[in-house]
Amino acid sequence: MEVQNYRDPELARRIAAKIREVTPQTGSFKFCHVCGTHEWTITHYGIRSLLPENVEVIAGPGCPVCIVPAAEIDESVQLAQKGMVMTCFGDLLRVPGSNGSLLDAKAQGADVRIVYSLTDAVEMARKEPEKEFVFFAVGFETTAPATAVEVLKAPPKNFSFLVAHRLIPPAMELLLGVGDLNIDGFIAPGHVSAIIGMKPYELFPRVYRMPTVVAGFEPIDVLMSLYMLMKQLKEKKPRLENEYSRVVKWEGNPKALELMDQAFTVTGGNWRGIGRLPDSAYKLRDELAEYDAHAKFGVKIEQGKDILLGCECHLVIIGKIKPDKCPMFMKACTPQKPVGACMVSSEGTCRVWAKAVATSKPLKP
Amino acid sequence: MCLAIPAHVMSVTGDKAQVDFGQNVLREVNVSLVEAKVGDYVLVHAGYAIQKLDEKDALETLSLWREILSAENQ
Ligand code: SF4
Repeated sequence: MEVQNYRDPELARRIAAKIREVTPQTGSFKFCHVCGTHEWTITHYGIRSLLPENVEVIAGPGCPVCIVPAAEIDESVQLAQKGMVMTCFGDLLRVPGSNGSLLDAKAQGADVRIVYSLTDAVEMARKEPEKEFVFFAVGFETTAPATAVEVLKAPPKNFSFLVAHRLIPPAMELLLGVGDLNIDGFIAPGHVSAIIGMKPYELFPRVYRMPTVVAGFEPIDVLMSLYMLMKQLKEKKPRLENEYSRVVKWEGNPKALELMDQAFTVTGGNWRGIGRLPDSAYKLRDELAEYDAHAKFGVKIEQGKDILLGCECHLVIIGKIKPDKCPMFMKACTPQKPVGACMVSSEGTCRVWAKAVATSKPLKP
Repeated sequence: MCLAIPAHVMSVTGDKAQVDFGQNVLREVNVSLVEAKVGDYVLVHAGYAIQKLDEKDALETLSLWREILSAENQ
């Protein structure tokens, strides 16, 4: 698949010029995305520098690893300390809990294993039937379908899930309630939308009069979505548009949605730096309790220590401040020695900013 | 973590497929969420294909944008 065209600097320049053309000279405009990969594209290709001075793009809670609350990390650490084999994606290993991370538990002798895919974890459990395996199922709607597939396939008896999946639309709705954030439009996340489709975003233009564009992840995608948003604002006709039609269908992925419905119920959930959001988390259905690590091993921690003293992750996560406004950014807190969750995960805004300094390839013609 | 990468389906056996991520990086992925045929492009996230990628649409979108941008310039 040829992606090079979606990185064409000449086309980027033309779209940037169009954005300039439709942007009113007075007033200021703020668009919010909710995806770590969008933040990566925006910083890596220097998209912000192509925009008019009065147009700002901010990053909302788009990093599924960063928003896992300390209490759930604590549960995973407890399971590992109790002798289960904890399997998880690499990003999760160093995310701080209330008293240390999974990496700390591993250093103290717990069996914690990084997997590339849930399939690998299930495979390990099959090969070592004498051990109990738990998979730490973190991620938004993009990742939840895999959990649904495996749990419904009747995994081996020695396998269970610590489900920490979260849903994006409730977090977007929360942002609209944050006092002085004043968002003028949403760039909706393309890969979450590949699963959930367009319908869950309908309320943003309809109820909140918020322009909303589902966007892909190449620089041309992001620029085009910004142009579409700005045009909607100028016309004063907020609506829901799909920039990423090569992947996102109106109905999403019906098969994935069906399996998720069979596997999960929607419930309230805590988000690090945000607090409790109603209807924002998945929980395994009662019929699947034998695969639910909470039920199987009786672990449930309600409260943890989410934000360490001095870390501003709670403000970074909702787009209130940019990472460089945190006094610890690239001083006490670096990718090598991260303090907060936003610097740990490769999708965290602080981490993306730290990396962009070293590797960015601005599209500026 | 919602990163998903396009891959070319080389062979399918049940709910598993061999896919090519380009430069001959081959991997086995789970395709039970999509109806993948040999030759399709799929988007792969953490070992699972989550959606098919419409190559024709990808190219058409680009040329449509170019057209819109030129038309609106006149
Ligand atoms: S730079 Fe580090 S300490 Fe500051 S907000 Fe980001 S993660 Fe927290």
